[in-house]
Amino acid sequence: MLKYFVKRVLLAVLTIVIISAITFFAMYAIPGGPFNSEKALSEVTKAALEERYGLNNPVPVQYVNYMKNLLQGDLGVSLKTQREVSTIIADGFPVSAKLGGMAALVAVVLGIVLGSTAALMRNKWPDRLIVFLTTLFTAMPSFVLATLLLYFFSLKLQLVPVWSPGSPNYLLPVISLAAYPTAYITRLTKTSMLDALGQDYVRTARAKGVSGVKVIFKHALRNALIPVITYVGPMVAYILVGSMVVESIFTIGGLGSQFVTSITNRDYTVIMGTTIFLASLMVTANLITDLVYKLVDPRIKLD
Amino acid sequence: MSEEKKYVLQVKDLHTTFVTDSGEVQAVNGVSFNLEPGKILGIVGESGSGKSVTAYSIMQILAENGRVTSGEVLYNGEDITKWSKKQMTGFRGKCCSIIFQDPMTSLNPVFTIGNQLEEAIRLHTGKSKKEAKERAVEMLKLVGVNEPAKRVKQYPFELSGGMRQRVMIAMALACEPDILIADEPTTALDVTIQAQILELMQELQHKLGMAIIIVTHDLGVIADMCDEIIVMYGGRVCERGTADDIFYEPAHEYTKGLLRSIPTAGNTHERLQPIGGTPINLLNMPEGCAFCTRCDNAMKICLTQVPEELQVGEHHRASCWMNVKQAMEEAAK
Repeated sequence: MLKYFVKRVLLAVLTIVIISAITFFAMYAIPGGPFNSEKALSEVTKAALEERYGLNNPVPVQYVNYMKNLLQGDLGVSLKTQREVSTIIADGFPVSAKLGGMAALVAVVLGIVLGSTAALMRNKWPDRLIVFLTTLFTAMPSFVLATLLLYFFSLKLQLVPVWSPGSPNYLLPVISLAAYPTAYITRLTKTSMLDALGQDYVRTARAKGVSGVKVIFKHALRNALIPVITYVGPMVAYILVGSMVVESIFTIGGLGSQFVTSITNRDYTVIMGTTIFLASLMVTANLITDLVYKLVDPRIKLD
Repeated sequence: MSEEKKYVLQVKDLHTTFVTDSGEVQAVNGVSFNLEPGKILGIVGESGSGKSVTAYSIMQILAENGRVTSGEVLYNGEDITKWSKKQMTGFRGKCCSIIFQDPMTSLNPVFTIGNQLEEAIRLHTGKSKKEAKERAVEMLKLVGVNEPAKRVKQYPFELSGGMRQRVMIAMALACEPDILIADEPTTALDVTIQAQILELMQELQHKLGMAIIIVTHDLGVIADMCDEIIVMYGGRVCERGTADDIFYEPAHEYTKGLLRSIPTAGNTHERLQPIGGTPINLLNMPEGCAFCTRCDNAMKICLTQVPEELQVGEHHRASCWMNVKQAMEEAAK
């Protein structure tokens, strides 16, 4: 168990190094740079700036320098705003995590409940309704949904404010962010629940006199959740770091919007910082998923 | 004793159908039998003969699209087909238990053996968690599982097939039911383990005194342990009697064919005689005897009329027009 854990952590570090390298070189491969703006800088100023941030070195040397600083916990400063990248992440992440956390919770709870309901009422109207809605929400991009929600609930019905700085209203952003994962988890749960309900051990449970409800929630659901966990782990990590679309539409200053702005700005240090942060979160989520797996399914061997 | 009280289980004219995309399948078509307390009944038939469906109909654990359409199942004289869902959960496991064909998939993979045994025990008895745990260990010991105290903490995947079937038996008998249904209990096991499991069932039957229904496709397996054997074909009972009746004086063309197709020890030069044709399509049943399309001696009447059950020995009855023909010929002499 410990050996497995150590092995996984080492692999995780390796993964992050590889991701950082790919991102670093890809980033420099796209044309443009942080100091390209509408008003062209003089050659001298540009050279001075590049000299200051070490951008005049060859890219591999820059990468090595970046990784050296990273090992000392230094993510550098934003080339645009001069803010510490670590501060940018520390400021943006809680906002994104709050929004994402709520959305993930909604998606998991609602997804499992709706998925089980659809499986149990297969081919009856609740199932058909759920199938219709999940198809709709897996097909609808979040920016369409977010815009529609804003239009109807804020503009037409005036139930929630369009923009409320200070105390942002999370209702509509959570709905927009949760819609896709909810729909996906619902479908996943339904499929694996139907599969579990057809298994011999469910028949055994019925045959020994377990009541209908308990057969479903004890014997079938636990088995049905195994595939769902695979999806939920990375999904939570992804959703926690925020969605740039939803954050932009609802003007929530989270990490997601930072990430996208940094790319359009060619703000190299911020791109790297947010990417490495996202990658670490993702790798951790995967590790936790695998450990939870073992808890739910004793047949899985960790080695 | 009244007729009803004499039997722990009576099945009367049971009909079970499954609704499928290609039509209604009449899986069980008027099966009747009686089971006395402490007796062993064997139900024999090939795949699709309705033997397992008969067992599931008794327990009311049919698949979602299956339904008992008519007939009665009397448990100690009470018709349980009219019982509520709640009454049935009390019946299953407590009055009547079942073990299944494939022990590899019949136990829930994510719960320990102990957990699954305790669940069965606590459902039907007022036992505390601790008492249930003790009972679980006791039951495992009874079915011959070694190191029972260690086994209760293990998961099904850590046990062999034979062991798992023993666990299934322990679970089925934990609440001392009056009836144990064994649905092909040995089909998925090695031959040596098969014998062990059957011996175990006989031994437990002597100890606990429950009645057993063994459903199997293998006549030879159950021949020496059954008090009565029912041969099924196409959802109907075609012959019933003692093992001797069935083996030495088969009175239905299907049973005769079955026996001809069993290999005998020492016979190395004669070819086995299979039954010709293919098993019937339950969606498209013949009007008359279900077996008529494969029967060498089929007569005109076989094609149009279902034969009635005729007494051919003391406990021996068969549903075959050949017996009627013979009886008429003898009467004519």
